[in-house]
Amino acid sequence: MVKLITAPLDRETARGLRAGESVLLSGTVYTARDAAHKRLCALAAEGKPMPFPVEGSVIYYVGPTPARPGQPIGSAGPTTSCRMDAYAPTLLHLGELGMIGKGARSQEVIAAMRETGAVYFGAIGGAGALLARCVKSAELVCYEDLGAEAVRRLEVENLPLTVVIDCLGNNLYETGRAAYLARR
Amino acid sequence: MREISAGAVADTVARLCVQANTCLPRDVKDGIAAARAAEDWPPAREILDRIVENGEIGGGFPICQDTGMACVFLEVGQELHIAGDLAQAVDEGVRRGYAQGYLRKSVVSDPLERVNSGDNTPAMLYTDLVPGDRLAITVAPKGFGSENMSRIAMLKPSDGVEGVKDFIVDTVEQAGPNPCPPIVVGVGLGGTFDKCALLAKKALLRELGTPSPLPFYAELERELLDRINALGIGPQGFGGRTTALAVHIETLPTHIAGLPCAVNINCHVARHATEVL
Repeated sequence: MVKLITAPLDRETARGLRAGESVLLSGTVYTARDAAHKRLCALAAEGKPMPFPVEGSVIYYVGPTPARPGQPIGSAGPTTSCRMDAYAPTLLHLGELGMIGKGARSQEVIAAMRETGAVYFGAIGGAGALLARCVKSAELVCYEDLGAEAVRRLEVENLPLTVVIDCLGNNLYETGRAAYLARR
Repeated sequence: MREISAGAVADTVARLCVQANTCLPRDVKDGIAAARAAEDWPPAREILDRIVENGEIGGGFPICQDTGMACVFLEVGQELHIAGDLAQAVDEGVRRGYAQGYLRKSVVSDPLERVNSGDNTPAMLYTDLVPGDRLAITVAPKGFGSENMSRIAMLKPSDGVEGVKDFIVDTVEQAGPNPCPPIVVGVGLGGTFDKCALLAKKALLRELGTPSPLPFYAELERELLDRINALGIGPQGFGGRTTALAVHIETLPTHIAGLPCAVNINCHVARHATEVL
């Protein structure tokens, strides 16, 4: 059973998602990798306004390949999330409700997710061509000097994701593996 | 003496950068298909289906957005003269290939200052002198999701084959979901610290699933693949049989006091393309 959800997320939807569920996400997501996260957290530390509305936001950890003429984006799969672990709690406390990436998260991030009711989605790493088909438009928000690492606003349609860690701290990387090993 | 121009090298490198990043090699496609057929866990099969679909998109679209650092391996015939600056030609090829192919520029010029070089140069260039008058060029773009999970250990001779096996399996287990499993595991064994790491990278260039020509190591590769696929990490780390597609081991003689072991992990987008001039 695949859930259809929309970004930005509302608190009730984020809290209702459970690790292991498949979702199709439509709506607005923002791209940011570590270089952009570092700048966003510097803004937060100085109490300055964020370059996009963080409340309810879903941030996709992606640095796409350049778009060919006439296409909204190039290949656009997830990057390894642990590089954002140092910065993610700051954004979660500012109201970010969803993160899209791949790979394990730190205990600090999971604790912040439990506190704020946020969710961590996995997109298929290495399937950037397939995932790009779900991106209908891409617009530069800030940090153009970072190239592929700039912050972009993406309009996505039915982006296939898996809930990896939910707001209760359930973690598919642990439960999925355990379920497979228990069956054998 | 046969002569080719550095310009021809640049043209070939440019073409191979695009080809490697947009067309998954046949051996890798076959390896993923075989893993899909052997996978018995339904959620894992679903992931593998999407990975297969991703590999079929084509149309000049990069398979993965991490189009990597351009690792370029040259086998230079000793009786070949290359007119012009070879290293510059390779970088020129990378510059043109990454621009023409709409590939991502993922290189920073200094590891601590971290300013993007803007054209994906420099290449990571390796040259081997070989008999003959030909030049074989292999471009293997290497993504860093998997590169970051690679490790090297200077094991003790007393650690023996069991120590080697444990280090390899432990490296894969520690990597968990991060390197985008299913992965390809390249192992270097022996040599010096630096040569051992290079062997592990070269092991990733071997045609996927082709066993080592040395029967002892072919058997070790089989055993390690079974152990790794019994970990249950599965595609994307969501659980399942398919954690690795292959284990490739390359060896060199080493010092009486040492047992270097390097594990270079590649994701399922195991890209490489070769041309001979």
